Amino acid sequence: MLAALRCVIWRDLTLAMRRRSDFVTVLLFFVIVVSLFPLGVGPEPGLLRTIAPGVIWVAALLASMLALSRLFAADHADGTLEQMLLSATPLGMIVAAKALAHWLVTGLPLVLMAPVLALQFDLPQAHFGVLVLSLLLGTPVLSLIGAIGAALTLGLRGGGALLALLVLPLNVPVLIIGAGAVDAVASGLGAQAHLLLLTAFLVTAAAFAPWVVAVALRISVE
Amino acid sequence: MLEAVDLQCVRGGRTLFSGLGFRLGAGELLRIGGANGSGKTSLLRIACGLLVPTAGVVRWRSEDIRSLREEFWRDLLYVGHANAIKDDLTAAENLATACALAGVKADGGRARAALGLLGLGGCEALPARVLSQGQRRRVALARLALSEAVPLWVLDEPFTALDAAAVECVQELIARHLARGGAVVYTTHHEARIAAAVALRIDLGTVHGS
Repeated sequence: MLAALRCVIWRDLTLAMRRRSDFVTVLLFFVIVVSLFPLGVGPEPGLLRTIAPGVIWVAALLASMLALSRLFAADHADGTLEQMLLSATPLGMIVAAKALAHWLVTGLPLVLMAPVLALQFDLPQAHFGVLVLSLLLGTPVLSLIGAIGAALTLGLRGGGALLALLVLPLNVPVLIIGAGAVDAVASGLGAQAHLLLLTAFLVTAAAFAPWVVAVALRISVE
Repeated sequence: MLEAVDLQCVRGGRTLFSGLGFRLGAGELLRIGGANGSGKTSLLRIACGLLVPTAGVVRWRSEDIRSLREEFWRDLLYVGHANAIKDDLTAAENLATACALAGVKADGGRARAALGLLGLGGCEALPARVLSQGQRRRVALARLALSEAVPLWVLDEPFTALDAAAVECVQELIARHLARGGAVVYTTHHEARIAAAVALRIDLGTVHGS
């Protein structure tokens, strides 16, 4: 079983490496959206510092949407998904492996890029740690919740827009807590409560989302 | 081993078949025939558990496959209409992925031998993108050569896009599997010549009205 999971992760990472444009697009989208705000809002340091965490989090949310529709679509089109449904390994585990690979390719680069982008907003360097940590805990949740939407909208025409409508509202709690973490540090309260809540989201999503995705996939393939 | 009782399938308001049953034992071959749209693929997907029948039940070793789930799928090899081949992976990588998902062990040497048997020697390291339709089908079918230990094979149109030599090779693989005591269900439009002790045949009727 572990061999199958390793194989799925390795395969998705290899495919991503051979098709770099797919995830580079997501990263560039994130960079550009975040960079538009200082240009649009104007060079007022106080204002920029206030909106920085929210802008970075919203951009990360939108960027993760961009990559989601591809999560199962290619496997669905070429028949690999059928093989996954008929695998000796439980489908939920395969989904978890796919979500992990998806996050490594589309989520982790955003997390690493965030401090660089935060410089444009004159965010104090002391807050970078919390920003990165909150994204590190939050972006996998976005991938996991997004996977549910991707599985439900599989094979639908215009699934992309529907996917965003389904998933964005579900991600609101993550956005509020995630962006709130940096604000909490800035106001001197400390981010511990926010980070613990994000961890709780992550644990819950990791435990339950893959099985929900598995059920949704079986329905979609029928 | 595999038993279907009173299956009914309704797709898009049309009854494809109803009251259909069969019983397939070790070493037996079942060929499903019928015109386009008569429900051959649906029947295979029901037999695999990909599709839930409108009525009826499929049993594997006298247990409902819907309660067996992974236990049944461990004993099943399904090669569908789609080849499950990724353009960006090489032939060998595609085969390794398919085997890993199915829980079949395929080390480098055996995988190479399987690809060689299907006439793909020398193509192992080529990305599937540059392979022809027939060669992709061969990569998908190379799993057969590695799945001796999987008792039930379900093959949807295995011979499409294959040339005469490859058809011969796949028929030989199926015959050997039957001789080992495996069971095979397949659909085809070609007249296949497969040596089997017991060869059953179901011909699905023409499309029924609603």
